[in-house]
Amino acid sequence: MDDSLIGAPLRRLEDRALLTGGARYVDDLNPDGLLHCAFVRSAFAHARIGAVDMAAARALPGVHAVWAAADLAGILTQDRIPEGFPKPGANRREVGPYVLARDEVTYVGEPVCAVIAETRAIAEDAAERVEVAYDALPAVADCRAALDRGAPDVDSRDPGNLVDSYTVASGAVDEAFAGAAHVVTAELRQHRGVSSPMECRGSVLRFDAGRGRLTMWANTQAPHSHKSVLVHLLGLDEAKVRVVVPSVGGGFGPKLLFYPEDAVAAAGAMTLGRPVKWTEDRREHFLATTQERDQVWEVEMALDADGRILGLRGRLYHDQGAYTARGTNIPFSSATTILGPYIVPAYRMEVFIAGTNKVPATSMRGAGHPQGCFTMERMLDLAARKVGMSPVEIRRANMIRADQMPYTHPVKTQAGQPIAYDSGDYAACQEQALKAIGAEDFPARQAAARGQGRCLGLGLANYVKPTGRGPFESGLVRVGTSGKVSVYTGAIAMGQGFHTAMAQICADRLGLRPEDVTIVAGDTDTVPMGIGGFASRQTVTAGSAIHLAAGKVREKLLGIAAHLMEASENDLELAGGRVTVKGVPGMSVSFADAANAVAGTPGYALPPGMQAGLEANVDFAPSNVTYANGAHAVIVEVDTETGGVRIDRYVVVHDSGRLVNPLIVDGQVQGGVVHGLGNALFESMLFDDGAQPVTTTLAEYLLPSAPEMPNIEIHHQVSPTDRNPIGVKGVGECGVMSPAPAILAAIEDALAEYEVTLDRYPVTPMMLIEKINAR
Amino acid sequence: MAKKAHVTVTVNGDEYEALCEPGQTLVDLLRNELELTGTKEGCSTGDCGACSVMLDGKLVCSCLVLAMEADGRSVDTIEGMATENNLHPLQRNFLELNGLQCGICTPGILIAARALLERNPDPTETEIRYWLAGNLCRCTGYDKIIRSVMAAAEEMRGA
Repeated sequence: MDDSLIGAPLRRLEDRALLTGGARYVDDLNPDGLLHCAFVRSAFAHARIGAVDMAAARALPGVHAVWAAADLAGILTQDRIPEGFPKPGANRREVGPYVLARDEVTYVGEPVCAVIAETRAIAEDAAERVEVAYDALPAVADCRAALDRGAPDVDSRDPGNLVDSYTVASGAVDEAFAGAAHVVTAELRQHRGVSSPMECRGSVLRFDAGRGRLTMWANTQAPHSHKSVLVHLLGLDEAKVRVVVPSVGGGFGPKLLFYPEDAVAAAGAMTLGRPVKWTEDRREHFLATTQERDQVWEVEMALDADGRILGLRGRLYHDQGAYTARGTNIPFSSATTILGPYIVPAYRMEVFIAGTNKVPATSMRGAGHPQGCFTMERMLDLAARKVGMSPVEIRRANMIRADQMPYTHPVKTQAGQPIAYDSGDYAACQEQALKAIGAEDFPARQAAARGQGRCLGLGLANYVKPTGRGPFESGLVRVGTSGKVSVYTGAIAMGQGFHTAMAQICADRLGLRPEDVTIVAGDTDTVPMGIGGFASRQTVTAGSAIHLAAGKVREKLLGIAAHLMEASENDLELAGGRVTVKGVPGMSVSFADAANAVAGTPGYALPPGMQAGLEANVDFAPSNVTYANGAHAVIVEVDTETGGVRIDRYVVVHDSGRLVNPLIVDGQVQGGVVHGLGNALFESMLFDDGAQPVTTTLAEYLLPSAPEMPNIEIHHQVSPTDRNPIGVKGVGECGVMSPAPAILAAIEDALAEYEVTLDRYPVTPMMLIEKINAR
Repeated sequence: MAKKAHVTVTVNGDEYEALCEPGQTLVDLLRNELELTGTKEGCSTGDCGACSVMLDGKLVCSCLVLAMEADGRSVDTIEGMATENNLHPLQRNFLELNGLQCGICTPGILIAARALLERNPDPTETEIRYWLAGNLCRCTGYDKIIRSVMAAAEEMRGA
């Protein structure tokens, strides 16, 4: 019997507090004397800043500070936020955001002045009294037009809108096209939108002047990098700064960043003698939290007469917004993930990263990878029509076979690592998805429905997603003198069930129940190093670190118990918080006794060969990412009168290697799928031609809600990896990879008689009606 | 500045008094004056449902109700849902079936779901989905929320 805790669908340890209103999120923290921030934000996409009159705001009772950029010069060491994800050796424009705009504003929502006051209401009232004179400048809204000769500059102080460009290539691609039987060409537009966690951004900062110590509570995905930013911005020693992450109400990417508002709150806490809170409201989330917006792809695929891909080439334009708040890695991920589970002998993608007068783009759940998947899957569907194959057949013809694993694509990642798939059976996933959704019987069902005037369609899409990104994650496992086990890590929890999964991994090694293990994640005082929560990385990296650290603690426990009981380690076993001689239940040492034995008694030596403290710290550094994969199949019904799309069935076959907790995994996959369905059908962060945002409430920007979402049926394949000691792959972003291409394919299939071709998402009812009526 | 007003409100059976600004919302009163932070504020415009509470037995978004409007009335929030050691069947089934992830929308969803089951103990899946249309969740994809409500309804009918 496999009694491993890894793989057990256990209830989450986090949930009781969350279900009873007892959990504490950052906006629930109200230390005594708390002050509140509000911001004067640019109403212009691009303008020169003239006179700023803050007198009326400063005169309002209850106002403690009203600041423009110049006022921060004596408090902060620099006027820009350090870039969050700098590219080593990059030779391109450095465009980190300003804390407060200086001389010029470059997107609507950019903070210009800050107010700190007794209440949020007073701060907002004061912010409205600040008079800023703007001199409007021409704005850039479209990322491809941004690169046209004669396009206005996004930032007049830093002319030219090309932020970065590079080419991802391998093989003789032009020769491949010269000899092709078929060439398919498309222009595709993609739009991921606004991350929209139900908890907006926030931070609370308190400076303890007596100890010279600053504490930040923040709903960040990366507390250690936040600490590093605070150290640099404020010129403080590392020992004087602590960042703590309370319960987090969803991350989805943009909460990785240290934002201008956080810097202002820190400056307030350092200078005003009182703690300061910054809480974003929903409108500010649409204006000033980073997004993952437009990509325009001009793509060509060359195929032989049998539908095999000979080459793929094109240009990718990426809308970067006004600053590179977290580097420019997103389109590189798009331009490599495009290869997916398919063999592409020759490839060349020229990538152009364009500045626009919009809030910066940074990664959001999926981080550029879904766009690569979308482009490949769309091109395959278009190619299938041209070659005269079914979408299923053309995928089978081009898929990497299980017996070709491990498989290395000829291109490399941005960091220069090989794109080397470790395990997976892509064809088996696709076949299982087709079987589960009833693809064999679908044509009959489709015909019967058509006879009743209903339009049903089936769509299919596959993906491969890199997970478990390094360089490392930390895990410290400690048995205290109470016998209780605690785990400390630089990884963070943001709602994924992280504590439960890590407790399972630790408890599995130590013969405990998961509820006997306390996980402390997101406190920079507890572990010196940490990377954080993004890129579907933590179960792989932190999970492996904790597994290895718990293994070392296990060895120490056995060694100490063997010494105390004068027994052989080979005769001992761990269970129920004790080390026991096998078959002799009366002979045992509790974890508490073992911990006390190495806790040290003054004047007495530690037991021979033992080190102080029953603990171990491991930073696990994976050799490479590990590649999860899956297949999505969907049946939709399209109403040709209204353009409405109803999702009839949605099936996911998912392979994340060995699963730690299938209950949590299924929830993560379902959540990702629905995020992808939002992208496919609803979510659109709209800007007008002047880069003025026009969707700034949840009534205008449509998130998926319960009535229009389907049940999501999940099947698992299990292809463990050898790139970490527990054989796991990441999950968090996998669900979001394939819904858009699968949905678009299904809609096209439903509307086959209208010969509709879809080249962008979200697909709106209006878009479909126009295409239907055009026939 | 406008004059503050004295507000007396019963929350989860306990009477509270507070001085409120005219523009202060009920969610602000609950969270920041009464320190009942279980109710969450997600949008302040009534679009997300995170701040759902019962006001005199009626489901409302507490971000759209002024604190002064709650004077002399009765409010039920997430803090009153479980008794001493017993979770409400909805809470228990959300725990069993993983009907939550980050938990920030969960108090509002639980309050809204309880309001549904009080008026309709045997809802269809579609009725549950439409009833919860005003409660947004970014984490779960709703599937496990719906299963949890259905399981709780079944349990409560059997009880």
